[in-house]
Amino acid sequence: MDFTLDSEQTALRDAVRGLLKGYDAEHRRAVTKNDPGFDEDMWSKLAEMGILGLPFSEDDGGMGAGQVEVSVVAEEFGRVVAPEPFVEAVVLAGGIVAACGSDEQRKEILGGISSGEILPAFAWADPTGGEKGVTVDGDTLTGVKEPVLNGARADTIIVFAEGRLFLVDGAATERTSYRTFDGGRAARIRFDDTPATPLGDPSTGSEGADGDATEATQSVIAAAQVAYAHEALGAMDSALKLTTSYLTTRKQFGVSLNRFQSLTFRAADMYTSLELTRSIVSWATMVLADDDVSPEKKREAAARAKLQVSKAGRHIGQEAIQLHGGIGMTAEYSVGWLTARLTAIDHLLGDGRQLTGQLARGLASYGVVEPLP
Amino acid sequence: MKLHLTEEESAFREEMRTFFTTEIPQQIRDTIAAGHHVGKEGVVQTQQILNRAGLAVPNWPVEWGGRDWTPLQRHIWHEEMQLACVPPPLAFNANMVGPVIANFGSQAQRERFLPPTANLDIWWCQGFSEPNSGSDLASLSTKATRDGDDWILNGQKTWTTLGQYADWIFVLCRTDPEAERKQQGISFLLCPMDAEGVTLRPIELIDGSVEVNEVFFEDVRVPGDLLVGEENKGWSYAKFLLGNERVGVAPVGATKRALATVKMHAEETGRLDDPLLAAEFVGLENELLALELTALRVVANSADGKPHPASSVLKLKGTEIQQAVSELAVDLGGPLALASGAGDGDGDGSDIPEWARVSAPTYLNLRKASIYGGSNEIQRQIIAGTILGL
Repeated sequence: MDFTLDSEQTALRDAVRGLLKGYDAEHRRAVTKNDPGFDEDMWSKLAEMGILGLPFSEDDGGMGAGQVEVSVVAEEFGRVVAPEPFVEAVVLAGGIVAACGSDEQRKEILGGISSGEILPAFAWADPTGGEKGVTVDGDTLTGVKEPVLNGARADTIIVFAEGRLFLVDGAATERTSYRTFDGGRAARIRFDDTPATPLGDPSTGSEGADGDATEATQSVIAAAQVAYAHEALGAMDSALKLTTSYLTTRKQFGVSLNRFQSLTFRAADMYTSLELTRSIVSWATMVLADDDVSPEKKREAAARAKLQVSKAGRHIGQEAIQLHGGIGMTAEYSVGWLTARLTAIDHLLGDGRQLTGQLARGLASYGVVEPLP
Repeated sequence: MKLHLTEEESAFREEMRTFFTTEIPQQIRDTIAAGHHVGKEGVVQTQQILNRAGLAVPNWPVEWGGRDWTPLQRHIWHEEMQLACVPPPLAFNANMVGPVIANFGSQAQRERFLPPTANLDIWWCQGFSEPNSGSDLASLSTKATRDGDDWILNGQKTWTTLGQYADWIFVLCRTDPEAERKQQGISFLLCPMDAEGVTLRPIELIDGSVEVNEVFFEDVRVPGDLLVGEENKGWSYAKFLLGNERVGVAPVGATKRALATVKMHAEETGRLDDPLLAAEFVGLENELLALELTALRVVANSADGKPHPASSVLKLKGTEIQQAVSELAVDLGGPLALASGAGDGDGDGSDIPEWARVSAPTYLNLRKASIYGGSNEIQRQIIAGTILGL
């Protein structure tokens, strides 16, 4: 078992960190003020660096990298709460096309994502909190998906409906965009007999088109959950760093705050949460990167990582604000952004309570949880 | 990043698993599995089997019976031992005084003490804590004064675990009361428990067990050749010892086994269908997984032999989870847990299953886990100070 990055992965991390280093609170605030809620120039730079095609095969215009590289990048996004939708557009929406699309669809869409020309969005959630909302009638879709992250800006919408996946031209839908509490954008997307192309090649009976795409979708969701878990890990790491730095510089009662044990002990508990999270999240990446592990085990590992992220994200996010005091509440300081993003990630693709329920269903099928396959 | 063990590591794990499950008497392992103590004989018998196979003191220098294992091998050895319900080598011998004598003792002391210490022919106990020196150990006041070549030892130690079985005690004592700092002026002495002037008084604990004691020293004459290392350097040996104590301090394997056992009983009684209870199991299993993976990360990064600073996380979180699992067992037992005194001896006289009968004493006993080995508050202090720079 090896938790360390190799030299290429370290170089990738440093390159992404270098590119995103301008994201202080002020810049992030300016960028997220206007639609689409992220920096289009930065998106182009990410495309140039190969980040937007990172997990796609080279045949489809991507870089052919794996889950480890995806996790390395996601962690850097989380570290500075970069608003560019790497996990949403590349890992999730792109991942669905990569898993279920026909050769042609993959070439066109993944190539377009990699070059920055196509921004996809995955329409999964419905306004009741479920994953329905849209019905299929022949080659058309009708109904509502919401909230769809980056739904209004997206060129292509990938829709999950009745257990199947479809591609829809964004412009052919009725979209209302709004701001999300973490600075991003989401939309209500209304389909009204809207033309849709089944994802996948019907002649070869790809599961995306004919059968039930739920399982394939869940496997891509697992990859996105692990990427989110790393994004959250980066955010938690920053939240703790900001907090310890604040405790050593901020003075009250004539002394710096780190003289108060009631505060330093709470920082120590944050560190404990962070390190436990780092372990399980890194492990989940290794499980997903391992070709010998079954899809079922991969989904379980992703659920375990994200469950831990749910708990630790709340703990660290809440304590980071509390230990900062009033300044932690302000939009001009980063710690609140970190906590807002952690809250958003917690509720995307399964929160702690849902994942607990999912894992509880398998409880009786094993004695102990074994980290090694 | 790579998930799998290497082929050699997998083979090593298999070798350990096979040894522990076939060479250690089933009756000893069953007793541990049922949550009982195996007594002095069981511990001695097990350690002697392990020692014969070279598995009792792998962390010692090779010339004294140690193995040149990687940190991961040591971790696997420790985990497999716990999973197989094998009582581990006596910590006072294997993890504490043994490494101190091996590293800082004289050649004569090594030859005299290390072989019987590895084989548990000598049972050691620890003379560190005092009534007024707990977490602030360096404030200890038990003192030794020179009398010719000998030392005269006076004072009191407490929380001396399993001192009732001990042949010898290793004692931290003040040898220079005038030293500038309290950490200076402390020495590390070895003393036979049957020396004149040594008295042991058992302390009954909240679970009814007697595992700790008070030890009194009244003008005990200790020969000069029982001073380990240099006079007044005892604190640095103690720190070395406590650092070793924290390695492998997170009882991951034992807690995993305990949690699986509680889960089995919950399933048998149909209560795993209760979503609230199931959620507790999921939560604990996940925390335990995160802990185990942290232990693996820590061993992978402590190749230079020094304890990783994050080992405080293992102690802190490991004992919290261990306590939480014991708490869950009591919850599952409910009123059945009250039958703790039933069936003492032959197990007759109660229809209540044994796991429920031992659940509350175990829960009460394990309150100690967050206190010993450097209390969890001390661990937070270490994390805040050493790691976070606060």
